[in-house]
Order: sequence, then structure tokens, then C-alpha cells
Amino acid sequence: MSAEYEAVIGIECHVELKTETKMFCGCRNEFGGEPNTKICPVCLGMPGALPVPNARAIELILKTGVAFGAEIPAFSKFDRKNYFYPDMPKDYQISQYDMPLTVGGSVKYWMEDGTLRECSLTRIHLEEDTGKSTHAGSGDGRIAGSAYSLVDFNRAGVPLMECVSEPELHSAAEAIAYLEALRRTLLALGVSDVKMEEGSLRCDANVSVRPAGSTALGTKTEIKNMNSFRSVERAIASEIDRQVALLRAGERVVQETRGWDEINGVTHSMRSKEEAHDYRYFPDPDLVPLEIARGDVERIAGSLPALPWQRFERYTKSYGMGAKPANQLIDNLALADYFDRVVERSLNAHQTSNFVLGDLSRLANETGVGVAESKVAPEHLAELIELVESKRINSKIAKELVARMWSGAGSPAEIVEREGLAQTTDRAAIERFVNEVLAANPSVVADYRAGKTGVAGFLVGQVMKASRGKADPALVNELVSAKLRS
Amino acid sequence: MADELIERSGAEIAAGVSSGRVSAVEVAESTLARVRDVDGLFGSYLAVLDDQALAQAANVDERVRRGEKLPLAGVPIAVKDNMCLDGTRTTAGSKILEHWVAPYTATAVARMIAAGAVPIGKTNCDEFAMGSSCENSALGVTRNPYDPSRVPGGSSGGSAAAVAAYEAAIGLGSDTGGSIREPGAFCNLIGFKPTYGRVSRYGLIAFSSSLDQIGPLTRTVEDAALAYDALAGYDPMDATSIDRAVETTADALRTDLRGVRIGIVKEFDTATLGDMDALYRQAYRDLERLGAQLVEVSLPTADYGVATYYLIAPAECSSNLARFDGVRYGLRVEGDDVRQMYDRTRAAGFGPEVKRRILIGTYALSSGYYDAYYVRAQKARTLIAQDFERAFAACDLIACPATSCPAFEFNAKSDPYSMYLMDYYTIPMSLAGLPALSVPCGWIAPAGGSVPMPIGLQLAGPLFSERLLLGAAHAYEQATRHAQARKPASGVRA
Amino acid sequence: MSADSIDIRYVAKLARIALTDEEVDRFGKQLGDLLGHVNALAELDVANVAATAQVVESRNVTRDDTPRPCLDRERVLAEAPQRQGAFFRVPRILAE
Repeated sequence: MSAEYEAVIGIECHVELKTETKMFCGCRNEFGGEPNTKICPVCLGMPGALPVPNARAIELILKTGVAFGAEIPAFSKFDRKNYFYPDMPKDYQISQYDMPLTVGGSVKYWMEDGTLRECSLTRIHLEEDTGKSTHAGSGDGRIAGSAYSLVDFNRAGVPLMECVSEPELHSAAEAIAYLEALRRTLLALGVSDVKMEEGSLRCDANVSVRPAGSTALGTKTEIKNMNSFRSVERAIASEIDRQVALLRAGERVVQETRGWDEINGVTHSMRSKEEAHDYRYFPDPDLVPLEIARGDVERIAGSLPALPWQRFERYTKSYGMGAKPANQLIDNLALADYFDRVVERSLNAHQTSNFVLGDLSRLANETGVGVAESKVAPEHLAELIELVESKRINSKIAKELVARMWSGAGSPAEIVEREGLAQTTDRAAIERFVNEVLAANPSVVADYRAGKTGVAGFLVGQVMKASRGKADPALVNELVSAKLRS
Repeated sequence: MADELIERSGAEIAAGVSSGRVSAVEVAESTLARVRDVDGLFGSYLAVLDDQALAQAANVDERVRRGEKLPLAGVPIAVKDNMCLDGTRTTAGSKILEHWVAPYTATAVARMIAAGAVPIGKTNCDEFAMGSSCENSALGVTRNPYDPSRVPGGSSGGSAAAVAAYEAAIGLGSDTGGSIREPGAFCNLIGFKPTYGRVSRYGLIAFSSSLDQIGPLTRTVEDAALAYDALAGYDPMDATSIDRAVETTADALRTDLRGVRIGIVKEFDTATLGDMDALYRQAYRDLERLGAQLVEVSLPTADYGVATYYLIAPAECSSNLARFDGVRYGLRVEGDDVRQMYDRTRAAGFGPEVKRRILIGTYALSSGYYDAYYVRAQKARTLIAQDFERAFAACDLIACPATSCPAFEFNAKSDPYSMYLMDYYTIPMSLAGLPALSVPCGWIAPAGGSVPMPIGLQLAGPLFSERLLLGAAHAYEQATRHAQARKPASGVRA
Repeated sequence: MSADSIDIRYVAKLARIALTDEEVDRFGKQLGDLLGHVNALAELDVANVAATAQVVESRNVTRDDTPRPCLDRERVLAEAPQRQGAFFRVPRILAE
């Protein structure tokens, strides 16, 4: 991406909400299953059928809006978006036009280097999903060149949130970071599985470029058919390059919809008509308006879990963690909650992070038991950290203790007491060990004095062994070095 | 006995079956025999449910034997074919659904059956309930039992004809701009449209969602009350159904109108209605004689009712009928691609009136016209509702004509707009969601005809005033007994 | 609000109904006629009036997130104009 042009990107996401049933009927909302088995007169658009909104879906979108700092208007309604398509059971979609359930808000996201950014949201609204069509007869499953299509209505009527961002992203990297933050937040809220591979998160991008420094918007194209985060990144980057090349050559960017071709790594024009669809939106007369009580909004706000961006900010700014370990925690909410509970007591984020992301995570991988489900109670880990910080035990002993606690040995203070694992900081005692070891290893000492200073490590190790690991390693180092030099 | 039986009211039949004097099966058999005798001429039914009716009747007899209290025990009913009944062809009078079998039952129909009613068959109607004569049906011709050279009215013409011809005791119809009240008036019946939202629309094939309501067509006000009490109530499957306790009406049937103020609408001057004028003025005097106080009220925006309705109803129906696309059910005409399939299917499946309304409705919603047409019409609707609110501050019920003429001859109204005007008096109440009914108020020989035809008096009340409305209608009915003056044509083929 | 300027062909395309030339003519006239009557609404003063949202005021009608029985697939597909195995089949979808 050159310095002469700036990319302007907006992202539009469709998120399937994690409800038991569909948006307007009682058919189950679940991925997979035999085709056309989760259908009823309502979601099949049969004559005489009527929609009734799912209260839980409304609750979930309000939760999402509040989490992103959106405004929740007092009134909202559903509108019909009229167009014909085989996977549309009624040939209109129940959606929201001019009075969406949430307005504005923003997504705080972070780059790989930890920089925090923010992208405004235009709105989030509620609508129903369509059925799914597969296209047959063209050899590659694509719609172009197909002879006929097959339709499955299992997905028709699943509740969807449409999240529209303002065009405030300026690179493929920012777009991905935005999407990651959105996905993490929706997961933390429990409103969706947000799996692109299952279709519970779908996204389109609006991309335009303009001369650097300009404030006017260039002509945008809409990019569709991106089926993974990687696709999104590649597609946006490819489209930016394509548009820049056009402008450099003195040509115009045509406003159109373009589909991402994963195999060839390019976008293709989908040759949509110049005239936009006339959707003839009007308020759905089968549904009544929604009035959102302030009390409900407050209740929702008060019950939000810690949000990923809040965690990221706290971990990186307050605790000084790097972006990578911070992301590790955020991507495992149980782990992050555990981490937070330990830090609450230990007041030492650095050490906590070391243990949680180090030894504990390793043990979790080895045993298949999650850290949060393990026998290491947060209070005990905090206790362990305190013992290390106060130098009551050394780090080697601490490691052993972790393993013992993982197996259910209980509180570290008790173990230390019971087994006399407290660290020895008694200079005199350590000096005795040091003298013993040096006396027992004259050739090593001679090597050291001859210039091979590296062998000091072996002697330190021997002293640690002699002390059964309890000597303060720093002190051992100091005394060994001193004796060797004298 | 059978003849006498079929002429009984629903209330009489229910009492007879409940007490064991007659069995539901016997009632069903008599009714079915009547249908065989006369429906060849009247054409009320598109489908007769012989086996199901007898099975259902046997079931009712069993339930009665077990001691169940069934307010409509054994009452034979006619169900308009735009209401789904599980396992029956449900066509809405259209080629596009000519062979479609419904996989579920409309709530309203289920309630009637739960109350002991026995569906005799599915009745003819204007296609998708769009029309005022039943002539727009693509699947059959229904004739007025009082003069088979005339229309029964519409869109619930089949149900009206069935009840008028003793082919059922109660008919279920649907009313969007007058489709129960107008055929009721044309066929010497009570045609009753409840408050919007009072009866579930789940399973009623939608025409205009904010206007459609299911209601009964009956030979007596008492039967209308019985049917309403069974039909009304909140349905969780219909988000527009009202969650409010139903005040039953069967015990509200009055014999006088003392203390009732009845509004006579200034703008609905009956002097313009030729021979009907005398009958309406007599009707108003009869109301007074029963103790009502007549007051003049004004509905200045009512004149805009037809224009308002013919923007809103088509707009909603253009969207409601989009689902008939040949993909999931109903008629399909093949095409080279799916859009061609849509275009050909809908061209072949819809009749001209339906096409007209879809076109005008699509236009009224389209970009650039939405505010000028659809929104403006919804504002006019508010004005009409406000007119009624003001009127009902001065009166308890409004009385006016149901129609501007009696049943006309086939093909008499070939110009669409002249047909639309048939709903002139009934549309304003629909737009305001008010409960309204037509009750027989006399007979006139129509211009150029010799057979006297019935006309109807319309009564309308504020929202949720069904008790007063039916009560008052009953008082008028009992005092005047106009319906009893004549019998329908014999209908039995020589 | 002009009376006879409806682009019937365009509207028919939106509504996905194939019309014959004769129908385009006939409906054009009939709907133009209807619009002529409908134009009377322009006489009304609606400046301070809200469009009717509902005739009987009601809010927040929703349902619980609990499953209800589904339709039997075979029964539904038996009514399908064209089925292929477990699917509804339609002719190819062309790009516009």
C-alpha cells in the first residue's frame, strides 16, 4: 500500500445469535442436521403463517449494543425488506430499516503490537436469516453456469444481528483486528458462536481508496464471499491494490459488488445492476412495536462480563503485559477469569502471568484439564506467588510445588511447612555447601581458574543439589563466584 | 325432520345435540344431504368434507356423552377457503393454490371445532379475499340463494350462500373492507366483524394484515354471539391478537335499546340510495321505538375511506402475496431460470383483480412514491379513526347502511372502481379496527329485477364493544324480524 | 401524484408477474383511473397527523425461546412443486 493513497474500509457483519429457537418461530436454531427438518409453516412462509419475535434474541442484541456503547432507543420496530429469491420463504425478509434496536457505539480493537484503536459503529439491527441454496450442474458449485439450485430452509428464520461499521478502517490489518475484537466480544457476551466456518459470522467489506490526505470518499466496492479471516485479509488487500492500480492508470473505480475468488486470489465483478434494489421497506403489519424500558437497559449494562478490550487495556497498560500473552488470556475466557482472580489476591500480574501462561498452561495441555478446572485454587496460586516474592521459597521449589498442587496436594504454605521446603538464605549454611562442592570438584575449579568461566554453572548446580534445591540461587551464585575468584 | 333440522339455528342445534335429542351425526348427515341437493346450483362449496364431517360429528357425540360442555355441539359450519384446515385443500379461491393441502389448522377454525362445531366444507370466495361479489374466484361460481341470477356478495360469498341456503348453520368468513358484512347484507344474514385483533389471524391466508379479521355469518344474532364467544381470544401464534380478557356476548342479547345513544352519520345520507332510503329511515325509527336516542354524528373523513383503503390494502397484499412463487408449494409454471419461473407462475396463477392490487400496492410502496401514497394513506387512516373517536363521545353505537345497493347481477360491475365502491360504508370501520355487523333490515326489488332482495343495516361500535353491539343487534332483530319475511330459492334441481 | 404515469412494466418486474401487452395497457388504464380517485387524499391536511402504526395499541408482543414441534419433512416436500431428495429444487438462478 503506497503512501500516495489511503484505503477506507467499512465492515458489515452478519452474526447468527445463539438462541434455542429461530427468530419468529419455535423451530430449533442449531447448525447442521438433515436438510429441511427444522421447518414449520412460519419459517417456510406458508399461507396463513405469522411471525412472533423471540424475546431472547432481542435481549442478546441489546446486550451486544450496550457492550459496544451503543445508544438503545426507546422505540424500535420491524420492517419488511421485499425482494424475490429462492431461499427467501416469504420473498420478503423481516428486518429493521429506520428504527434499529441499537444506534452508534464503537468497537475498540488492538493491533498486533498492542496499539489500541477504535472504529465507530453505525448501527446493529435484528433480522431473520435466509435458507441456504446449493447450485448444481456447473461442476464447481458456483452459481454461475449452474443448471439448477437446491434449497434447504433449516437456516431460514435464524436470528441475525447485522453490525455495520463506519468506514474508519484503513488497512487489511486494521480490518482483521476489528473483526477479531468483534468476534472476541461476541464470544465473551455469549451471544453467538461466531464461527465463520459454520456461517455464524459472515462479513462483507466496503472498500475505497483516496489520495492520502483527502477527506472525500472515493468510489467504493462491496466485497463478498470471504469465508475466513484469512480470506478477509487477502481480499481487502487485493482489492486495495486493484483500486490503487486503476487510479494510478488514470481509470475510474466502478461502484459494484465483487466476489472474492479464494483459489485465484482476486476479486471478480458480480456485475450487479446499476439500479439498486427497490426493497420497498415498510413497517411489518404482522408485528407490533418494541418499547425498550430504561430499567432493562440498566439491568443489562450492570450484568455485562468483563469485555475483551477492557481486559486487553488492563493487561497491557496496567500490568504491562505484551500483546501476545494478553491475547492468549483473552482468547480463553475461563483462563482470563482465573488469571484475574489470582491477580486480585497476589497483586502481582507479572508473576501470575508467568505461572498461568507458563507452568499451569503446560500442565493443562499435558493433562487435558483446563487451568480453571484444575485443582490449583486461585488463592493457592496467589499464596505461592507470595512465597516466591518474599523469598521464602526459590523458583525451583516453586515449580515443584506447582506440579504437586496440580495433583491436588493443597495449599503451598502447608506443603512447604510440612516438608521443610523453605528456602535457605542462611549465608553460613550455603557457604558450607559451597566449600564442600568446591573441595569435591578440584578439576572444575582448576578449569574455571584457567579461563573456562562457564563451568561456574555446574558448580552452582551442585550446590543446589547439595542443598536439596532449597538454597537461594542468587546467593549461591554470589558465593560461588566470590570463592572462585579468590 | 331433516328439512326442519337444517333450518334450525346453531343455538337450537347445539341445545338439541347437548341434550341428546338429536345426534351430531344426524345433523351432519342432514346438512350433507342438503348440500348434495342444492350446491349444484348455489355453488357455495369448493370442497365438501363428507367423511371428515361425519367423523367429527361422531367425535362430538362421544364428547357430549362423556359430559363435555360444548357451546357449539354438532353445529354444522362452512369454512371460507382462505382458512387453513389440516389435511384439506385450502385454495383462497385461486389457481395458484388450487391443489395445495394445508398441513395445519387456523386457530379460529380450531376453536370452533374445540367448541363442538362440525366443518361441512370449504367455501368459495373471491380470490385471496379480493372482491365484493365472489366473481373473482378462479375456482367456482357462487350464486345468491335468494336469486341465483345475482351475486352472493364477497369476498366471503361462499360462506354467506351456504348459511343462507341451509347448507350450514354458521359460516366463517373474513372481513378486510367489508367482506363479511356485505355478503351478509346481500344474503339476508348477520355478518359480523369483531374488533381488529380479537380473533386470531393465524392460519388465515393473509390479504391485508392490518385489516383482516375472521368473523361469523349467521341467520340469527344469537348464533353470531355464540360463534364470537368461541372464536375470540388471545393467540400466542398471532402477534397482533389482543391479550385482553374476552367479554362473552351470549348473555348480552338485549330486547330493547333504552339508554343507548345511536349515532346517525350526517355524511351517509340515505336519500341518495333510491328505494333503500325508506327502509333505512324506517330502521332508524325502529331503533328509536326500541328506546334508543338518535343523535347526529359526523365522520368528515369517511368519504376518503375507499381511496385510503385501496392504497393500504393493496400495499400490504403486494407483500403478503410475494410468497406465492412456485418454489415451496402451489402452482409452478417452469422457466429457463428462476425469475422466469416466478413471472410465469404468478402470471398464470393470479387472476386480474389480484394482479391489479399487487401492481398498485407495489407502486404505492416503491421508492419515490412511498411517502406520497402509503404514508399519506396511513395518515388519512388516523384521521378516520379520530373521526370515530369523536363520534363515539356523543353516541354508543353508529347505525348506517351496510351497502349502497342490494345484490347485483353477475357482470354488473365490470369497472373495478365501481366494485370498490361496494365497500363504501364498511371500509371506514375496518380502517379504524372497529367491531361492526350487518343485520337484515328489509327487502327491495332491485332495479330491473322482480325478486325482492334483502338489504342490511350496519351497526358499529367503539373498540371492544362487542357486547353492546351484538346486544343491540339482537334487540333490533327480535323487534323487526325482517329475515323471516322470505325464504331462499328452493335450489333443488328438478 | 400524477394519475396515468405508472410504469406498469417496471412495477410488474418488481412484483415478478409477466404481463401481456394487452394487460400492460388495460391495467395501466385501470390503475391510472384508481390513482385518479386516490389523488383525493391530497386534499386532506395531514400535517399534524401520525401515520397509523396499529389500530389497537400494543407493544412488546414476543415469545419465549422454547422449541415447538416442526413439520414432517416428507409431508412438506410432497407438496413441493419440484423436489430433489431432501431439497426443494428450482431452476438456475441467473445473475441480474
